[in-house]
Amino acid sequence: MNNALGSEKRAHLSDRPVSPPKIFVDGLAMSYATSNGSRTVLENVKIDIQVHEFVSIVGYSGAGKTTLLRCISGLERPTAGSVQFDGKAISGPPEKLALIFQDYGRSLFPWLRVLDNVMLPLRANKKMTAKQRAATAMAALDAVGLSEAVRQYPWQLSGGMQQRVAIARGLACEPEVLLMDEPFASVDAQTRSDLEDLVLGICRRYRMTTILVTHDVDESVYMSDRVVVLGGRPTSIAEFIEVDLPAGRDQVATKSLPEFIALRTRVLQAVRSVRHANGRPDRDGGGPTTVAGRNPDAGD
Amino acid sequence: MMRGISLHALEVSVPVGLVALWWYLGDTALTSFYFPALRDIWATFRATWLFARVGSDVVPTMTGIVLGYATSVVLGVTLGVTLGGFPRVNEFISPLLEFFRALPAIAAVPIFIVLIGVSLKMEVAVVTFAALWPILLNARDAVAGVDPVVRDTSRSYRIRPVDRLLRVTLPSASPQIVAGMRVALTQSIVIIIVSELIVSARGIGHYIQTAQWDFDITAMWSGLILIGLIGFALSKLFQAFEYKVLTWHRGLHGKAQR
Repeated sequence: MNNALGSEKRAHLSDRPVSPPKIFVDGLAMSYATSNGSRTVLENVKIDIQVHEFVSIVGYSGAGKTTLLRCISGLERPTAGSVQFDGKAISGPPEKLALIFQDYGRSLFPWLRVLDNVMLPLRANKKMTAKQRAATAMAALDAVGLSEAVRQYPWQLSGGMQQRVAIARGLACEPEVLLMDEPFASVDAQTRSDLEDLVLGICRRYRMTTILVTHDVDESVYMSDRVVVLGGRPTSIAEFIEVDLPAGRDQVATKSLPEFIALRTRVLQAVRSVRHANGRPDRDGGGPTTVAGRNPDAGD
Repeated sequence: MMRGISLHALEVSVPVGLVALWWYLGDTALTSFYFPALRDIWATFRATWLFARVGSDVVPTMTGIVLGYATSVVLGVTLGVTLGGFPRVNEFISPLLEFFRALPAIAAVPIFIVLIGVSLKMEVAVVTFAALWPILLNARDAVAGVDPVVRDTSRSYRIRPVDRLLRVTLPSASPQIVAGMRVALTQSIVIIIVSELIVSARGIGHYIQTAQWDFDITAMWSGLILIGLIGFALSKLFQAFEYKVLTWHRGLHGKAQR
């Protein structure tokens, strides 16, 4: 198909510039005890994420994307290896990191109004007065376009608005790193592209390092500077694909660029090739999808 | 809206109708020594409870209910939240809790009488013992069952322990805790009357007991009606409290149903 452009420019860890990474996933391994022994989800995963970089993590479902994200966020301790934030191994959720959950309906607290939801994490900051906390929260809500909804309860808002509240809550903490776990998976397609552009704008404006876990190949290419493809069984492979699209992304213009289509094909091919990397065909069939819900190389 | 109004009308009209019917039947020949006319009961009620014996009998009973219930709420929520937060301790202690929960509080009244003696303290202890379990066990289960996403959110946003307790865990558990409190309120009323029936020198239960000994059936009925009215009033008060505390829960639930 688009293999004319597929010159396999894979950037591996060793090829990357040696500026100190913001986040360094160093030989991470994760296994869980199950009823019949232990199950290894991640094995010796190495990923570096540079300052101000926007990285998407894709992979077939069950590739341990969420587990990896939970380790990076400090919610889970890896069995081996470490996650380094600014060169220091983390032992719990780092202060300058905000995590946006997929399920906004459960991660926003329904008993708190929108403003209180956003302000709650700020209460840990003793240097801030109540007024400053409110001002910071208001500014964050303003950045996601929700200054009108501050007195509402989350459940009075639409799904897209609720996820924007969750993003504002993350923003209010003034994080250096923003972690997102399939944040747009539970909203409709139109809201989804609006949210994608909102997040892109915010990340650029606040110069945040961003890690996005997604199962949507189009989204990963559209939003990122680099796509990390996870694969193998257990997941031990991380393939890096540079996204050299122009910075000012546009839902229509960017997505119709031949370069975009070529990249998306390459990511998809990478997902499929690393998926079978251990020669074990996957049976669950739950692979990544494109927005259209079909694979561009399905006819092969 | 129309349905709301008609339901409300029904709620009021049924008891009013029944009272009117009783009143009417009492004026016809359908009365007996054991089923006195409502007119007579009302006369006794007015003479006794408005407000001659309020200080001597209603106040002690109500004091017992309020103090005992308040103690059980404080103890139940505190212990329940603690146990829910420490699954290991809970595992260790839960057979004991199940044993006490299964024990009818009424059976424990004689023990409390022997241990503490007939006093307000004893009544408060008995009410606490009866009302504690539904609150404690509900609080424990609710806290143990807090949504893992809620936990992860609190951890990942480094929410302060005190905020985590007061602004996350407790509100999240509140619907279940309030349900336990509702059951406990009914239990409180039952147990204080029972303990007053068994042994007491005062209180509404004691009044009914003495009336029975004196074959003063009308007085017995008046005491019964008073207890019913108190129970009804407390339950309405509780509804108002629940309505206020769980506004968010109703909203969330209503939205989910749509």
